Amino acid sequence: MNDMTPTREQREAALEGMGCKRKRVEDIRFTQGKGQYVDDLKLPGMVFGDFVRSPYAHAKVTKIDATEALKLPGVIAVLTAEDLKGVNLAWMPTLAGDVQMVLADGKVLYQNQEVAFVVAENRYIADDAIQLVEVEYEELPVLVDPFQSMAPDAPVLRPDLEGKMEGAHGPRKHHNHIFTWEVGDKDETSKAFAEADVTVKELISYHRTHPSPLETCQCVASMDKVKGELTVWGTFQAPHVIRTVASLLSTIPEHKIHVIAPDIGGGFGNKVGAYPGYICSIVASIVTGVPVKWVEDRMENLSTTSFARDYHMTTEIAAKSDGTVTGLKVHVLADHGGFDACADPSKWPAGFFNIVTGSYDFPAAHLEVDGVYTNKAPGGVAYRCSFRVTEAAYCIERGMDILAQKLGMDPADLRMKNFIKPEQFPYQSALGWEYDSGDYHTAMQKAMDTIGYRELRAEQKAKQEAFKRGETREIMGIGVSFFTEIVGAGPSKNCDILGVAMFDSAEIRVHPTGSVISRMGTKSQGQGHETTWAQIIATEIGIPAADIMVEEGNTDTAPYGLGTYGSRSTPVAGAAIALAARKIRNKAQMIAAHMLEVSEYDLEWDVDGFQVKGNPQARKAMKEIAWAAYHAPPPGMEPGLEAVSYYDPPNMTYPFGAYFCVMDIDVDTGVAKTRRFYALDDCGTRINPMIIEGQVHGGLTEAFAIAMGQEIRYDETGNVMGASFMDFFIPTAVETPHWETDYTVTPSPHHPIGAKGVGESPNVGGVPAFSNAVNDAFQFLGSTHIQMPHDAWRIWQAARDLGAHG
Amino acid sequence: MSDIEQIPVSLTVNGKKVQRFVEPRTLLIHFLREELDLTGPHIGCETSHCGACTVDMNGMSVKSCTVFAVQANGAELTTIEGMANPDGTLSALQEGFRQMHGLQCGFCTPGMITRAHTLLKENPNPTEDEIRMGISGNLCRCTGYQNIVKAIQYAAAKLNGTDIQEAAE
Repeated sequence: MNDMTPTREQREAALEGMGCKRKRVEDIRFTQGKGQYVDDLKLPGMVFGDFVRSPYAHAKVTKIDATEALKLPGVIAVLTAEDLKGVNLAWMPTLAGDVQMVLADGKVLYQNQEVAFVVAENRYIADDAIQLVEVEYEELPVLVDPFQSMAPDAPVLRPDLEGKMEGAHGPRKHHNHIFTWEVGDKDETSKAFAEADVTVKELISYHRTHPSPLETCQCVASMDKVKGELTVWGTFQAPHVIRTVASLLSTIPEHKIHVIAPDIGGGFGNKVGAYPGYICSIVASIVTGVPVKWVEDRMENLSTTSFARDYHMTTEIAAKSDGTVTGLKVHVLADHGGFDACADPSKWPAGFFNIVTGSYDFPAAHLEVDGVYTNKAPGGVAYRCSFRVTEAAYCIERGMDILAQKLGMDPADLRMKNFIKPEQFPYQSALGWEYDSGDYHTAMQKAMDTIGYRELRAEQKAKQEAFKRGETREIMGIGVSFFTEIVGAGPSKNCDILGVAMFDSAEIRVHPTGSVISRMGTKSQGQGHETTWAQIIATEIGIPAADIMVEEGNTDTAPYGLGTYGSRSTPVAGAAIALAARKIRNKAQMIAAHMLEVSEYDLEWDVDGFQVKGNPQARKAMKEIAWAAYHAPPPGMEPGLEAVSYYDPPNMTYPFGAYFCVMDIDVDTGVAKTRRFYALDDCGTRINPMIIEGQVHGGLTEAFAIAMGQEIRYDETGNVMGASFMDFFIPTAVETPHWETDYTVTPSPHHPIGAKGVGESPNVGGVPAFSNAVNDAFQFLGSTHIQMPHDAWRIWQAARDLGAHG
Repeated sequence: MSDIEQIPVSLTVNGKKVQRFVEPRTLLIHFLREELDLTGPHIGCETSHCGACTVDMNGMSVKSCTVFAVQANGAELTTIEGMANPDGTLSALQEGFRQMHGLQCGFCTPGMITRAHTLLKENPNPTEDEIRMGISGNLCRCTGYQNIVKAIQYAAAKLNGTDIQEAAE
């Protein structure tokens, strides 16, 4: 070795592999305005589609007259349900086993529902034409309160289901009932409650909100009638699934459909499903023979495509007098809107809500979820969370605080007492999950020590005394949240979407010069896959990340995968990437052995190549091996160096974390200021700490928004309130708190690199931390539970109702 | 085609003279994106809340979704496409956003950088609070702003020739 030979550390650093705070590849184009988003696409002859929408929440559609619209120069077509019936597309199947109108077929079920699709030469003319389509409605009684859905005299929302008393998830017990989902042991749980020293019960509601990525849903559909091929560019979190669905619905063979998801401006669950806009654009392109672009505006986005949450959770906990929990009983009333379009794996009508036992060792639990129809938009997507996991985390974390209050215990101490112990993993929960790993006590203790928890409690006590003495009008809340997520859907034994198992995939091809192209079945919407996937490969095969190109979103070139949502990319595709890379490394080992004229068993891996055991000077770097793979492979071996892996995970992964929020509230104005927010996350192995921190910041900001004001609300006639950024709370840089982040590392034992997924943890854990802080602040005034969202107006009302205004 | 009267507009965009005929109702954002193929500025809300469409017009940040193209007649416009250094390398702000991980999906980024560019002209040494207030017309759904603030501080330091703080996380 001479002085120029790089050290092992230098070679390792040159890879920019796992654990490196690698700067993002994507940023070069994004910082220059050179991203390629759907609306940037301009094709020859392209026209625009836009919707006529219903002003009513529940009405019969008695007449649609497009005569005047069609007279307007530049208008090409106006599609209605009658036109779609000709191609059997007036209705479409939903992911939840229901059907949904693409265009109003005789009636509308929510405000802004799609009634007709106008196609015109440009977006301005399309907008003009919308005003000229005459639609006659006959108003029907409106149902907005889910608690009234199953009243005997409730209006019939879905005449198409009349007489169908068996739904996709079992028996229906009322004309507005969708399903009942029951998990756990009812008798055991009842017994626990009968024998309990203490029980608590509270209706905990998680209001309706919306993922609202900055880029709305959009697509361009282009039918080439000569080739019989359809190309659809769209904001698709799951492009392969969209292609399969498009093929099944259109009967165009799957290989003649090209679905391409270019750069996506945020998804957060909004861009998982298939929407009427996609179907209408495809049909319009087939009808007109030219490309059709459809771009949702913000109001359409907030009011029609994919709400989130709207769970009303009656929560009961049984405990011993020392605080040991003995039973959990939850009933959820789930408001699904006019159609059940929840984006959950097929067998899971309430997603993975049965993670509701959280981080605690409940010996018995029982859960029942009733899904009902209302005159609201369909959706029920996982807004920056795994399926219904954020609702579950909110339910149990609020519930534990309420129990602590009743017991007179500190909420952090109550959690510590009931945590699943490290030696209990893998842990079987009372509601059916096998938690893979965890070390909750260590994480909680680290968080409490770092934030100075005991001192904060002392300060709070002093402030409460001062408030009572009339010396201050400010109260202080400390929000404690300890969450366990379930992500990485999922094992084929229990997870599929429309029958397709929820595996994911990776394909890696090493070129002769040692550079790499790799493609995955996932699709980044800001998560930085082009950067992080290359880091996994770099570590596994010893080629610098800078020489590895990552490509996603083109269904023609990428291997089939189920896409990016529910924090599944790293747990599922991340595993596929590591395993595909290991196949390459195994072949490389054989090639290196041939080159070095030793047995492959005499070789060991060393950062970026193989070396002979005991003789590190005899080595072949991966780049040399790549050349040999194409130039002189061992006799009898296929040339080339590439691999594909499809990964069916054996289990989910279970990231967890301890979050603390310190809040000061002015009782006279209702203004709540977040003084500190500390988030400790354990996502197992950390691939790129910079990106993890960024994900945590973003998720916490969304949690802050949801807990403190963001809401999709309806008035009694079904008018959707606040469906623009004027009213729908998106925090600016001014309101957004400062985030403190921290971590522990408990690798997943079944994942090839031990990673668990992190993007959604901060939303899951953040919402209860904020809400618990508000609730904690008001406890000493006699409050048990204040419903979210906690905007200043509602906090002021809570203060007034508690007599804090004197 | 529509029979609405077309009005001539003439303006300078990223240093280049541009002349077109437009309908009076054409929004500046559509003019930039669809007539001039400058697709860097984005449309996020159409109501001037999100700032994804922010461009610099005569030294002021404007939201091009609520400005008519005809109102830009005679104006000097700079969009994200005009932000890089003359030699094609990333500007201090663009580099700052990359170094500090000030972006994720990239959709708000062009408007955010364009706004920050004008902010640093208005106030070359902003405090954190001044930065937060200065970009409060630009929404980001991904980052939580903390690293955007650092990115702008990075650029300010670089442009002022002072020490640059450490990279993100």
